[in-house]
Amino acid sequence: MHRLKVRVVEEALDANNTIAAANRADFDRNAVRVVNFMSAPGAGKTTLLERVVHDLPGVRVGVLEGDVQGSLDAERLASMHVPVTQINTDAGFGGECHLDANMVRSALPSIPLAEIDLLIVENVGNLVCPAEFRLGEDVRVMVCAVTEGEDKPLKYPLMFRACELVIVNKVDLLPHLEFDLQRLLYNIDQVHPGVGMMSLSARTGEGVGAWRDWLRDVALREEAIA
Amino acid sequence: MHELSLSEAILNTVVKHAAGRRVTRVELRVGQLRQVVPETLAFYFEIVARGTLCEGAQFEQERVGARLRCLVCERQWDVQIPAFRCPTCGGAEVAVAGGGELEVQSIEVEEEAVCTV
Repeated sequence: MHRLKVRVVEEALDANNTIAAANRADFDRNAVRVVNFMSAPGAGKTTLLERVVHDLPGVRVGVLEGDVQGSLDAERLASMHVPVTQINTDAGFGGECHLDANMVRSALPSIPLAEIDLLIVENVGNLVCPAEFRLGEDVRVMVCAVTEGEDKPLKYPLMFRACELVIVNKVDLLPHLEFDLQRLLYNIDQVHPGVGMMSLSARTGEGVGAWRDWLRDVALREEAIA
Repeated sequence: MHELSLSEAILNTVVKHAAGRRVTRVELRVGQLRQVVPETLAFYFEIVARGTLCEGAQFEQERVGARLRCLVCERQWDVQIPAFRCPTCGGAEVAVAGGGELEVQSIEVEEEAVCTV
């Protein structure tokens, strides 16, 4: 028996990225644009979806709902007559805290791809792991609530860099908080220069129109987004 | 907290390249921008490796500092705090020149001695 050194030089997430590319090919074939929707727990992802899923003229929306356990969010959206597919990650080792490309691949047969134009994947609430795993999406959006603090971009740069749009939610709470919104926007720009940003309140509806228009633009793009 | 999922991805990469041979050492390059805590990654790798070809393998991590390059003025600089604008020209078009790695560099495996008569 002897020991042999084998040169590898392979990104550890290559396997995930290969499956993500296969998902993407299936989405493209069905002309479905896909949004990977991420945030910390409780930032307001589901409420932001409830606000817009019925307000996108000409766009048929489907939702893929990722949670560690349960189907509370899926039930909220299904009650709005949107096709919802639930993925629970607790079957995996330790209960995965994110979705990966393979979980989405396994869910594909349950998603009515021929009947939708836009698939929104609501990722597991978490500011770390979801940033690492591409799913086959066209664009990535993250939500950051003003109750989370101005320093979050500096603490979670990976997530703030792994998205094309940052939504700052719960701005209706600003009068009650010691929170410097400009400081947050500055920190986001430091970590991800030039990233799209919008401030809104899913609760009051302030600013939600911009989010709806942005989603509609994504859904109606004919060409796949790089 | 994502070290567990990353350690599983590393394990799968290593096992694929080991092609059935027992692995005694894994060498990894980990970029600073991946937000990985080395001790935590090593801790989880030891756990996920149990019962696999990698059980008990040495786990070596080379840290790669974060380095950015401005696409406008070509300046390169090392970053300590996560600020990605070019400090010279303020440009937003910046490439990560180093620090984004999570690469299995090499592995050491045990092989039967091959008779080359």
